[in-house]
Amino acid sequence: MAVRKKDGLEYDHNNDGVDRRGFLKCMAWAGTGALCVMQGGVLKSFSLSQMSQMGSKPTSASELSFVQISDSHMGFNKPANPDVAGTLKAAVDKVNALATPPEFMLHTGDISHLSKPEEFDTVDQILKSATPKDIFYVPGEHDMLNDDGKQFLERYGKGSKGAGWCSFDKKGVHFIGLVNVLNLKAGGLGTLGHEQLEWMEDDVKHLKHSTPIVVFAHIPLWSVYPEWGWGTEDSAQALAYLKKFGSVTVLNGHIHQIMQKVEGNVTFHTAASTAFPQPQPGEADSPGPMKVPAEQLRSVLGITDVNYVRGQHALAVVDSTLA
Amino acid sequence: MRSSVPSVALIAALGIVFMAIGTMRRGLIARAQSKPESTAVNIDNFSFGPATLTVPIGTTVTWTNRDDIPHTAVSTDGAFKSKVMDTDEQFSFTFRKAGTFPYFCSIHPKMTGKVVVQ
Repeated sequence: MAVRKKDGLEYDHNNDGVDRRGFLKCMAWAGTGALCVMQGGVLKSFSLSQMSQMGSKPTSASELSFVQISDSHMGFNKPANPDVAGTLKAAVDKVNALATPPEFMLHTGDISHLSKPEEFDTVDQILKSATPKDIFYVPGEHDMLNDDGKQFLERYGKGSKGAGWCSFDKKGVHFIGLVNVLNLKAGGLGTLGHEQLEWMEDDVKHLKHSTPIVVFAHIPLWSVYPEWGWGTEDSAQALAYLKKFGSVTVLNGHIHQIMQKVEGNVTFHTAASTAFPQPQPGEADSPGPMKVPAEQLRSVLGITDVNYVRGQHALAVVDSTLA
Repeated sequence: MRSSVPSVALIAALGIVFMAIGTMRRGLIARAQSKPESTAVNIDNFSFGPATLTVPIGTTVTWTNRDDIPHTAVSTDGAFKSKVMDTDEQFSFTFRKAGTFPYFCSIHPKMTGKVVVQ
């Protein structure tokens, strides 16, 4: 199929990373079947009809490939998706079918809907069939209900600090998992808190500026839509610690839709849910689950595949739907 | 002539006293007859309705979650704290002290409300 030029949007940037002042916003709404690829400082937005043209190009030369899944909301059974186990299984199938097998997975929270043990059990069981065996989790607010996250920590927090924050290195990329769903204040947004911020400052202090950084957390670390609580009060402080790095990729969930923004050296990205979509900011009375016709549901759910190519400025972030 | 000034003042004062008594009686009758207007707070579309609920001391207020997403009602000063309410689940609390009780949903902290107890 021929690629029509007008289907593609291309933005060129300097490849210097740190000094770029350009503000770039690319919102790839899952509902429109678009996706964004960030590679080498060039952001490309594709319509899904172009996916076959891309093939495995972004992954072919990659040194590190991993997958992000988010918001599986196991236990949710309302009309927006009466079978969240089925769509999570479809997400796992998608992961297992990726051209480059991912080395591990990140789950950016809301594993469960109501923090019930059986909900976590079901997710664990389904994820067992995923090819990547290592899975790193950060909690969503739905995983910390009634016990301030005690159960989450017992299940997924091995080796983590505080309320579940963690860091690790994979092939030269430094990963930082943050918790911004605890101790929320009336009228406020997501919160990292002083203790976690101090830990983070210390965690990145000794890293070289050339180290690619990946930060993952549930609630977006940028102000997506504060009116719906889609942002984190003290994220600016966290990002200040990352200013010196040439490449920072921030992966979030929570808003159940794909969104991307590039600001200076930081690429912000939110993943689709594997359970149900939520409306675009301000496009509904509330951010509650959005009902779409059953045959369209899988086209608004998805997984996010991330690839790191050594020497490239930014990581390639590719979203694909479950359709 | 000099005595007329005090009499006018006296009549005026008596008038005010009668009016005040009348107002108080009406108030007492109203209070005795009226039941609390509403003791229910419904949660719809990520908001508490009514956002401000005024009730007499001793009223039991019941929150009902009518959203597809779980919510809580948690007092900001620790007076009450609901468990998580899934769809159609409820939480009740009896207010035995006068005061203003601001609260929020601890899962979606943008959701705020208050109960005024008189």
